[in-house]
Amino acid sequence: MKVIYGVARPDAGTILWEGKPEVVGSPAYARRLGIGMVFQHFSVFPALTVLENILLLSPKGTRRQELAARISELSQEYGLPVNPDATVGMLSVGERQRVEIVRCLLQEPKLLILDEPTSVLTPQAIQELFVMLTRLADAGHSILYISHKLHEIRQLCDTATILRHGKVVATVDPRQETDASLAHHMLGTLVPSLSKGTSAESGAQRLIVESLSRRAETVHGVDLENINLTVFGGEILGIAGITGNGQAELLEAVSGEWQSPSARNVCIDGTAAARLGVTRRRRLGLVYIPEERLGQGSVPGMSLVKNGLLTVQVGKFVRWGVIRMDAVRQFASKCIEEFDVRPATYAISAEALSGGNLQKFIVGRELLQAPGVVVAAQPTWGLDVGAAQSIRQILLKLRASGVAILVISEDLDELLELCDRIAVMANGRISEARAVGETSIAEIGRLMSGEHEPVPANAAGA
Amino acid sequence: MLFRIEPRAETSRFMKHAAPLLSALLAMAAGSLLFLFIGHDPAYAFYVFFIVPVSDLYGIGELCLKTSPILLCAIGLAIGFRANVWNIGAEGQLIAGAICGGGLALQLQAFDGIWVLPAMFVAGALGGMAWAAVAAFLRIRFNANEILVTLMLTYIAGLFLSYLVYGPWRSPTGFNWPESTALHEAARLPRLLAGTHLNLGFPIALVVACAAWLFIRHSYLAYQMEVGGKAIKAARYAGFGRHRMIWMGLLIGGACAGLAGVVEVAGTIGKLREVVSPGYGFAAIIVAYIGRLNPLGIVLASLLMALFYIGGEQAKVTLGVPSAITGIFQGTLLFFLLMSDLLISYKLKWTGFSTASGLSEPHGNG
Repeated sequence: MKVIYGVARPDAGTILWEGKPEVVGSPAYARRLGIGMVFQHFSVFPALTVLENILLLSPKGTRRQELAARISELSQEYGLPVNPDATVGMLSVGERQRVEIVRCLLQEPKLLILDEPTSVLTPQAIQELFVMLTRLADAGHSILYISHKLHEIRQLCDTATILRHGKVVATVDPRQETDASLAHHMLGTLVPSLSKGTSAESGAQRLIVESLSRRAETVHGVDLENINLTVFGGEILGIAGITGNGQAELLEAVSGEWQSPSARNVCIDGTAAARLGVTRRRRLGLVYIPEERLGQGSVPGMSLVKNGLLTVQVGKFVRWGVIRMDAVRQFASKCIEEFDVRPATYAISAEALSGGNLQKFIVGRELLQAPGVVVAAQPTWGLDVGAAQSIRQILLKLRASGVAILVISEDLDELLELCDRIAVMANGRISEARAVGETSIAEIGRLMSGEHEPVPANAAGA
Repeated sequence: MLFRIEPRAETSRFMKHAAPLLSALLAMAAGSLLFLFIGHDPAYAFYVFFIVPVSDLYGIGELCLKTSPILLCAIGLAIGFRANVWNIGAEGQLIAGAICGGGLALQLQAFDGIWVLPAMFVAGALGGMAWAAVAAFLRIRFNANEILVTLMLTYIAGLFLSYLVYGPWRSPTGFNWPESTALHEAARLPRLLAGTHLNLGFPIALVVACAAWLFIRHSYLAYQMEVGGKAIKAARYAGFGRHRMIWMGLLIGGACAGLAGVVEVAGTIGKLREVVSPGYGFAAIIVAYIGRLNPLGIVLASLLMALFYIGGEQAKVTLGVPSAITGIFQGTLLFFLLMSDLLISYKLKWTGFSTASGLSEPHGNG
């Protein structure tokens, strides 16, 4: 698709556009041909406003006021609310993508390329997007939709081409296929199905967040208002919601990167921990698998051995301030072996691993510390189906052993498959957790868009 | 645009280590060419600059003597740089160390015990640390940029030293020169080799470099600082406090620069005077990077930098060129290093006019 959009050049072969061979030399030229693209990784300038970002790609002589009016009109029409005067840097990830989509639609493209567009949308917004895409298709636009969410492909698309390692392996009519048969094409092997097993019967309250409120420290942040949640031993509690609704702030408050002035806001296995730092919370049995694997969960440019040392309790690994390399190396090997990290060598630098293998290493490093409470943010984000499945299976195994697990994810399907109870975060508030069997996608979606405000905030501690 | 800078898919490990050497050779070559333009035979100039100064034992002694303060400063800076603590005021911390160490010696003129020198080193290290601590405090309390603060503190230290040697500490028998009385024998670094000026400062610097190597390689603190330097979010995630990194980075840098100040005052100079360093603290920044922030590399790089200094002096005497030539060599060296670093991570891609033609010939048949 980068070739189609003129970002990369083909080594061989030609592209036929409206029956004529074309050399798409640049994105600007692609846009002139009528090809629009929404990238998965956003290409907007954070320092500029929404309007300015769109103006950059508009034909010369476009008037600001007219453009602003058109943006508002278009975003109304398709249910993609964006404020043209907001600075992009202050927008959430979800909102940034909306800007991208709106920007693309403004050019009335003949071919619209969308790369994983739904990862940051609520279920309702996804349906709205699909309605809009269908409308565009009916009006004669071509749409190239790239996604790994198989049911979306089956619902939306007329034809599906399946790529594996850069090669076309099949072209099918997705409406005739099942998720399993599509996945089979994608992977070349059968996906192991997830066995949920039973949850442990421990039932103790292992992680409690109580009346947690927090003012945002920057203009980009979200205020947390009266967050309450309890995770029992042997259960997985999921928090759904679109990124940028307070998840990052909540994670910092739970992990200890941010400390609350009132100690009882966070309790780990009965100990009031909200005023403790990261290291002391880890000593209480809390481990945290962060969203950003490279740069947060691991240090690029450091070997797996050194990355193994990042979060371990130092007692065994450091004597008199000196690192005991043998012990650390052993730990890294164990991690690599038990969690099937490939390539199986601890000398390799973290950034040289694939996303899936790096995540397995990070998960392994955290879980080898015999945690009582696990917090995982987007644990399978961006992973291939096989790696994602094995991470989920590891979490389920942990659940069976009585650990309390909190999963924050944008992937609703994953949460429904994995969790015992689900709560929803929107605008810095959290809804009451409901058992998975007693809720519906529609209800979760409504909560995600913040329509239904949960209990009115009593602003304790704010 | 005819060239485009693109990131390389893979960076060469070999080139990463070879680049400082290559830059040194390029800087030497470019410098010699410079002599050509000002009317000297470049080969002869090269010989005068780089060979003559180290062609006898005396010259090698001078080289090691110049190396000591540069090495000490660069080692301390490198430890901070590894944690992304940008102390560029080693010069000021060196001066603070010289004032404290030298000042203590002036107070202890009545004593000649073996403890006088160690006491001076302790005082010098503490002085350098105190000077760096100002920057650490301002950074943590007010988020004041340590690059600016350490730099500005350098001028304050320099002017304070001027005040001392023009005022209260001026030697009564010094014909009104702005300098203190000469330090007494117990406060002087012993000579190591007859026929040279080489003193104990050089082995001290080497010991500090070895200690730094062990510290970086084996200590948990250095590991934490390195994590902080490479990925600040990972350091937060792991619970390594940023404030501690800033304190440690600046204090270690200050202590090493303070030691360098004492080495100069108690060794080469033998008294306090208006200028105790011809910019060793600044040269050390270049040295730390040429040495790839690695103590072994820094030892080699500081020898090279010292050679630039004495080569410059030699060229002044023999060829009659200004000693500012040293600064030119430092500059070209840094330029070539930065250039090779850029080319290690990125490649220049010849784009010709193809982008333009893609635009102007929309129906070209590729």
